[in-house]
Amino acid sequence: MQWDVIADNFPLYLSGAWVTVQLLLVSLACGILIAVPLGVLRALGGPASRLIWLYTYAFRGTPMLVQLFLIYYGLGQFEAVRASFAWEWLQNAWFCAVLAFVLNTAAYTTEIVAGAIKALPAGEIEAAKAYGMDRLTLLRRIVLPQALRRALPAYGNEAIFMLHGTSLAMLVTIADLTGVAKRLYATHYTPFEAYLTAGAFYLGMTLGMVALFRWAEERWLKPLLPR
Amino acid sequence: MLAAYLPSLLEGAALTLGVALLSLAVAIVLGLAGCFAKLSRLRLLRWPAQWYTTVVRGIPDLVLVLLVFYGVPVIINDLFARFEMDVVVDPPPFVAGVLTIGFIFGAYLAEAFRGAYLAVPPGQREAALAYGMTPWQATRRVQLPQMLRHALPGVSNNWLVLIKSTAIVSVIGLHDLMQRGGQAAGNTKEPFIFYGAVALIYLGFTSLSELAFRWLEQRYSIGTREGQL
Repeated sequence: MQWDVIADNFPLYLSGAWVTVQLLLVSLACGILIAVPLGVLRALGGPASRLIWLYTYAFRGTPMLVQLFLIYYGLGQFEAVRASFAWEWLQNAWFCAVLAFVLNTAAYTTEIVAGAIKALPAGEIEAAKAYGMDRLTLLRRIVLPQALRRALPAYGNEAIFMLHGTSLAMLVTIADLTGVAKRLYATHYTPFEAYLTAGAFYLGMTLGMVALFRWAEERWLKPLLPR
Repeated sequence: MLAAYLPSLLEGAALTLGVALLSLAVAIVLGLAGCFAKLSRLRLLRWPAQWYTTVVRGIPDLVLVLLVFYGVPVIINDLFARFEMDVVVDPPPFVAGVLTIGFIFGAYLAEAFRGAYLAVPPGQREAALAYGMTPWQATRRVQLPQMLRHALPGVSNNWLVLIKSTAIVSVIGLHDLMQRGGQAAGNTKEPFIFYGAVALIYLGFTSLSELAFRWLEQRYSIGTREGQL
């Protein structure tokens, strides 16, 4: 075993970890921004809901790897895309990776939000209506605060899946944690040490996220639950 | 163009399905073992199971597949070389892929099975024993069928994640659906068409799985009542 290779290149792992964190945070933030309005529309029903279902169904039913390649390699097939302003962006691996991650996590999060809204106790909404709240006020004051709290456990799982999903970025040349490990493997032929170290980093980050979500549930979800 | 490569894609799809089903079998065995180890009274069994489910669920499947396929053989061969044994371990990607994915999802299934076991009220087993059933009869006739009902949602979710996860075995050189699609995309310069076709085939797999599990869930919840709002 050549652990000195890992020790010598430790700063490389830190930079890889930072890339992974950036990918994750940008993807989750954009994903939530898309998912909350879509989740509300999805829970309301009607034709818009069915259209959104089509989107979430397609993205939840296919591997994220395929979605990433479809965006990174696939879109360039069309002359119209290559001629458009978007092409400059679509040639960028970082942009494509984030786009794929955002579309993927937004699909799962939309269903989580919609599920949480539909599972709200009917009495809470009836009470709000009886107070004379209009739909927007009802949404802002009652439905969203309640539903988003109740969505926390499921969303925590989704966020951790996304952390693991960002490792796919390495397949489109991005030097995230996994990409850094692959580079060390290629230059020093130490696959075991290189990937094991990357795995340890991911494990630490996962445990950190578990603790964070547990804290958030204590803070925001627990007061709602029956004692 | 698509027609010319369709047989190749379908061969890849068959391989993907094979990898997924064999991995599921490995995962169910490991999941049951992990579940009963976690519920065991012996700390010697509980501890390794706890470590297994925590560590494996904390690492991306891609990293684990790369670690097992590239890393583990190097370590084993180093070990053999140190003892001057003339053996070279070189696992075929199919075996490495199935074992790794089975190993990963075994950890998830262990949690699902444990939840299912705890969801069956202990009175059920006690009643079965009071009727004079042997312990094994009580397990087989009373406990397992009810466990299965509680385990089904977890198993179905994990199966859907698993079948999508198999796409990463293309990275270690298996000629699965993903790899065939990539090959066709490279040859024809029509990546959108071929990755799109690959996506549709995966969507077909997941849709059929969902139908199958819905049928199973109905079948195994016969005789249970649900509260109506």
